[in-house]
Amino acid sequence: MKEVVHIGTRSRPGPDLQDLVARVARGEQEAFAGVYDAVAGPVLGVVRGVLRDHAQSEEVTQDVLVEVWRTAPRYRPDLGTAMNWILTLAHRRAVDRVRSVEASAAREHKAALLAHTPEFDEVSEQVETRLEREQVRRCLRTLTELQRQSVTLAYYRGLTYRQVAELLALPLGTVKTRLRDGLIRLRDCLGVST
Amino acid sequence: MTSADDPHTLTGAYVAHALEDEERAQVEDHLARCEVCAQEVRELAETAARLGLAVATAPRRGMRDDVLRRIATVRQDVPRAEPDPGPRRTPLRARRVSRWALAACVAAAAAFGGAALWQHQQARDARDQARQAEERAREQSRELAAVLGAPDAKSRSGRFADGASGTVVVSASRDRAAFIAADLPEPPPGKVYQLWFNDDGSMRGAGLIGPGQGTQAMLMDGPVGRATGMGLTVEPAGGSDQPTSEPVALMDFPT
Repeated sequence: MKEVVHIGTRSRPGPDLQDLVARVARGEQEAFAGVYDAVAGPVLGVVRGVLRDHAQSEEVTQDVLVEVWRTAPRYRPDLGTAMNWILTLAHRRAVDRVRSVEASAAREHKAALLAHTPEFDEVSEQVETRLEREQVRRCLRTLTELQRQSVTLAYYRGLTYRQVAELLALPLGTVKTRLRDGLIRLRDCLGVST
Repeated sequence: MTSADDPHTLTGAYVAHALEDEERAQVEDHLARCEVCAQEVRELAETAARLGLAVATAPRRGMRDDVLRRIATVRQDVPRAEPDPGPRRTPLRARRVSRWALAACVAAAAAFGGAALWQHQQARDARDQARQAEERAREQSRELAAVLGAPDAKSRSGRFADGASGTVVVSASRDRAAFIAADLPEPPPGKVYQLWFNDDGSMRGAGLIGPGQGTQAMLMDGPVGRATGMGLTVEPAGGSDQPTSEPVALMDFPT
């Protein structure tokens, strides 16, 4: 049934990101360089998926990274990994930007959105990223078509579930359940535990 | 609104930031009262982060220097002074729920709001929260300082098991008490320390001491009232309505 791709310890983006963030929280600028190296790529990837525009994506990415520096003293490791914290922030900021700039972008670019699957083709020298990408790609394949579309349009494109429903011409309830059970299936497939 | 029927089914949309503001607030209200849902949100948020990792892309080479230059001029936020029950304490929502539910909310938020919940709110209005938290922290430390420095402040110290010790300071004029722990061992996983006012044998919750706060001065939540002493117990994360374990410490207030 479920294709379990990865069991046990999962690949971590840099084994010491937690330590680095803890040092950043104490104001160490050198440690922030390490945080940058670990997270700048994922942050840019998330932001660009949502915003598309290159210049804007870089601007938002930089803002997110500066916000990471600024708010690191308030990050609480007991409540989740640093990577989760930072990518949640990145996604939120990207979504904020896209919704403030043009709320109707989704409708206008309907065809383009539907045609686009997430960009798994980016070149990255990091092995962890390649492994992560492989795993996620395989796990996405275990989803039903509706689950996959709901998850990718909402997460990678930053659409609200109402916009997703409109785009796919589906009832709201269907989209919200597909989003949830799609993510649950991904969670199980990726072996996420907290 | 359709989602009001069952906010639980919105966990997926919540972690994907696919909700509009009003619905997000509803979900957050719900999460604060539903441990299972909060745990689910936490796991789904980690899942979403994995989706993010998978699309990592190399930034422009010069961006690193740009960002490092920028942070050199940005002042960092102050750390939170105590476990932060803040985001949920909006007057609007406080009016809508009973006192008990609110307490449960706050406890729940502290306990399993978990990565997702906390981080989503954090991301949503980090700036506001930073300001509020600073303000709260300042207010707390002002009040704490006022209690510790009150002309009628009286203190009593005690030694507990495991080499920990504590001092309780009470100011009758301010009707507040502070507890200063020293070398309190980390609570077992999933547990927290909870402070209590002893109202003649009946215990009234007075705040939690989370992991990493074993050596810290804390303002006890709520007025001293008719309390004649204080207690400290180990409770499940989020705290309890009533003590569920033997006290680690039990002290009478100084008279």
